[in-house]
Amino acid sequence: MRVGVPKESAENERRVAATPESVKKLAALGFEVAIESAAGIAAGITDEAYAKEGAVIVASREELFASSDVLVKVRPPSLEEIQLAREGALLVSLLQPERDPSLVPALCAKKVDALALERIPRVTRAQKMDVLSSMANLAGYRAVLEAAAVYQGFFGKQVTAAGSAPPAKVLIIGAGVAGLAAIGAARALGAEVRAFDTRAAAREQVESMGATFLEVKIDESGDGGGGYAKVMSPEFIAAEMELFRQQAREVSVIVTTALVPGTKAPILVPRDVVECLARGSVVVDLAAEQGGNCELTIPGQIADHNGVKIIGYTDLTSRMASVASRFFANNVVHLLTDMGGGEKWKIDLDDEVIRPAIVVHKGEALPPPPRKEPSPAKPAGSAVVAAKPAPKSHRPPPPDAKPKQHDVTSPTRKAWVSNVGGMLVVALLFFLGRFAPRDFLQHFTVFVLACFVGWQVIWSVSPSLHTPLMSVTNAISGIIVVGGMLQISGDFGIATILGAAAVLVATVNIAGGFLVTQRMLKMFQRDGGER
Amino acid sequence: MTPGMSIVAYLIAGVFFIRSLGGLSKQETAKNGNLFGVVGMVLAIVVTAVTWLQHGASVTAVAVLGGAIGVGAIVGASMARKVEMTGMPELVAILHSFVGLAAVLVGLSSYMGPQAHAAGAHTAAELHTARVVHQIELWIGIAVGALTFTGSVIAWAKLKGTLSGKPLLLPGRHVLNLLIVAGIVGLAVPFMAAEGSSGLVWVLAMTALAGVLGVHLVMAIGGADMPVVVSLLNSYSGWAAASAGFVLNNDLLIVTGALVGASGTILSIIMCRAMNRSILNVVFGGFGTGESKTSAAPVDGEVREIKADELAERLANAKSVIVVPGYGMAVARAQNSVNELCRTLRDRGVKVRFAIHPVAGRLPGHMNVLLAEAGVPYDIVLEMEEINHDFERTDVVLVIGANDIVNPAALDDPGSPIYGMPVLEVWKSAMVVVSKRGMAAGYAGIENPLFFHENCRMLFGDAKKSVDALVTAVRPKG
Repeated sequence: MRVGVPKESAENERRVAATPESVKKLAALGFEVAIESAAGIAAGITDEAYAKEGAVIVASREELFASSDVLVKVRPPSLEEIQLAREGALLVSLLQPERDPSLVPALCAKKVDALALERIPRVTRAQKMDVLSSMANLAGYRAVLEAAAVYQGFFGKQVTAAGSAPPAKVLIIGAGVAGLAAIGAARALGAEVRAFDTRAAAREQVESMGATFLEVKIDESGDGGGGYAKVMSPEFIAAEMELFRQQAREVSVIVTTALVPGTKAPILVPRDVVECLARGSVVVDLAAEQGGNCELTIPGQIADHNGVKIIGYTDLTSRMASVASRFFANNVVHLLTDMGGGEKWKIDLDDEVIRPAIVVHKGEALPPPPRKEPSPAKPAGSAVVAAKPAPKSHRPPPPDAKPKQHDVTSPTRKAWVSNVGGMLVVALLFFLGRFAPRDFLQHFTVFVLACFVGWQVIWSVSPSLHTPLMSVTNAISGIIVVGGMLQISGDFGIATILGAAAVLVATVNIAGGFLVTQRMLKMFQRDGGER
Repeated sequence: MTPGMSIVAYLIAGVFFIRSLGGLSKQETAKNGNLFGVVGMVLAIVVTAVTWLQHGASVTAVAVLGGAIGVGAIVGASMARKVEMTGMPELVAILHSFVGLAAVLVGLSSYMGPQAHAAGAHTAAELHTARVVHQIELWIGIAVGALTFTGSVIAWAKLKGTLSGKPLLLPGRHVLNLLIVAGIVGLAVPFMAAEGSSGLVWVLAMTALAGVLGVHLVMAIGGADMPVVVSLLNSYSGWAAASAGFVLNNDLLIVTGALVGASGTILSIIMCRAMNRSILNVVFGGFGTGESKTSAAPVDGEVREIKADELAERLANAKSVIVVPGYGMAVARAQNSVNELCRTLRDRGVKVRFAIHPVAGRLPGHMNVLLAEAGVPYDIVLEMEEINHDFERTDVVLVIGANDIVNPAALDDPGSPIYGMPVLEVWKSAMVVVSKRGMAAGYAGIENPLFFHENCRMLFGDAKKSVDALVTAVRPKG
């Protein structure tokens, strides 16, 4: 089995689908690896480096294509490249057939099998072959660096003798792998980062990276499966735009990473949002190749709108060709390992990871299988990103200096008090029972039981209600009014006068206590509740 | 209405009161709880009135009763309507004094009125025991009532500021207290011996003594301990009602008084635990006066000031902010401004919460009431235990008019008078800002090393004005 790696033909593409490291691994898997001469130069890899690991360097492009059983590329093949391939060969690359409808018919006609790397499902087992994640990670990171290069201020807060600068405020739209990587990079540079995503699941990931999660006050989840967002309702979009306009007045850098698979990227930063940005602000559009998330993006270039720079580079990963090639090549090695290696090579159409990625098999276009994906695995990116979330949270909490509580709650002391006290009380009760009249004992029983009921009922009181509780018990203790009433009698004696005075003050208490409690309770309200 | 029916009615009223207290333990059921209390009270009064009428009341008596109830209700209602939420502690204290006064009046009236009937007593010996028991009940009832009355009046005056919050410590005050108690007990002897109503002079003398005891006890307690004092007086007012119930052989009074007494006792215990002190220590301690322990370790270092606009920027850029209100917020009436600040920050996506120390303010739960009045949602207002471990993950802590409850000396300086009291550990956050009028010490009268902490900044000035300035600075322009 010969694996052939051609030089990339697309403009500005500096990545290559194999590295000396991957050549060595592929050879170990039983593949013979052929590399087109000068394929790795742009990524900093010489032919000699490949040859040293056992790769065959092929000078002729035609010969490489014609002799390879498996062709591994980064970018989708051109039509000429397909013509060069031999019948029955397997082409492994990013394919994006929806962007060039002529690709699949050409592959079918030439009877070349095709495996589209971007269609490998995002399940846990396939994470190691997920080039979209590994590339998005780089792109997100690079996007922030490009923004920082164009931005004319500090990202991090600076306090110097010559003056100080506040941290740059960065808004990341779309918190997929690229967005999370961008958050990490921007945080590492010291910026204050906020991020927006329509998927509710993103909040936790955003917050774990140390950014603030923004949200629109409309209840609609944008989870479209596979870690991508779906298209949202008009109301949602209106609210979203309002949020972006408001944010644009505050932030100086916006990075957009919103891609909806298979279609043109949604416009998230229209002209009026750009115009809310201050001069000197920077927008980086990671979706530039698919039309852009920003209305004013010019793919491949930096556009300038009233002093706002809009970076529309389509080759962000290529700008990191060395590490990008390494990651890509590793993904490919994992894929080919999974497909059996050189010895047990098989295109297994029953394999749940391989099958969705196969676009053309034996001259026939395969329709995508019905999707039965679980929720997206944690994006690989978040674990690899350069910037770890604030190290503060990882620090073990300082040893507690809290001194031991003394006397009040000491358990031994408590036990002594309750035992001795209990026995004393019991003794006293028996003594009472011996001498006191029955009448009194009945009242006393009621009294003790009522104390216990009160004790049980009150312990569970919520501390915020201490004041209302106190004023209501106060009102209730105005029950002494009953005592006063019973003292008033027809003859206008001293007892009646005292009784009437008691009734008067007790009623003040009752009316005042209940009313003021009611006033207080009316004020307590839950977050967002009716007043 | 037969006596049996009125007993049942009292039973129902008692159940209503229990439901009322139970309802008050949760926010969701609190309003119903208050309603239960009103229903129980109305039931009790109506049933008593009916029984009373059946015993053949004269027109004069009805007029007197109606007048007393009418005037009392009007006075009480207007007090409740007019009171400011910052003045809540004073109102509660003065209401306690009314219960105490009523208990004294009921006791005196019962002594002066027709002799109580000793039901179930047949022999002369039994009659004698019944009378002794009755007189003891009367004695205790009046003593507790008088103590509650004067104590509450002093607490009211202290809270209002008429009297200084500083504890008045007479030399040998414990001996004095013991002498007064001995006097109260001793006066009972000639009282017991007196026939008919001739013991009145002893009763009055004892009432005066108990009143002096109440004054002296509360005078000796410092302003910082007022939450405990108020809830103790709350429980006394309950015990006073219960003892009146014994005097009058009325189970409803006994039940209700016991409920209130238990409730006040529990609140006092909760407060004391919050300060890691025993009740005895609070009542007799003469706390924070440097009597038992000499002053804490001297604090040195630099106090750093922060300006409102710089703080506003820190707040607006923070992820998580915790506000710690104290009595100073109540004094400056800053709660509405604080709520405004909280709303503005929350609109900007900042997580704002409030941390309430159990003894913040001058009444248990005082801060909660003030914040509720301003419209702060109660679910972002958290208790000390709920929030204390969150400070290390907080960007800015704003301490408004609190001092002792955020004093790190309570944890690490055994020489400090408040050593051992759990405090809000605000210094663990990234930045603490203390809004204060000046560098004066808190109620406990001790230095606060927090102010010299590296991550602490002072925002000097009136709390309300400072917070208003923050609101203006934080609010998004345009």
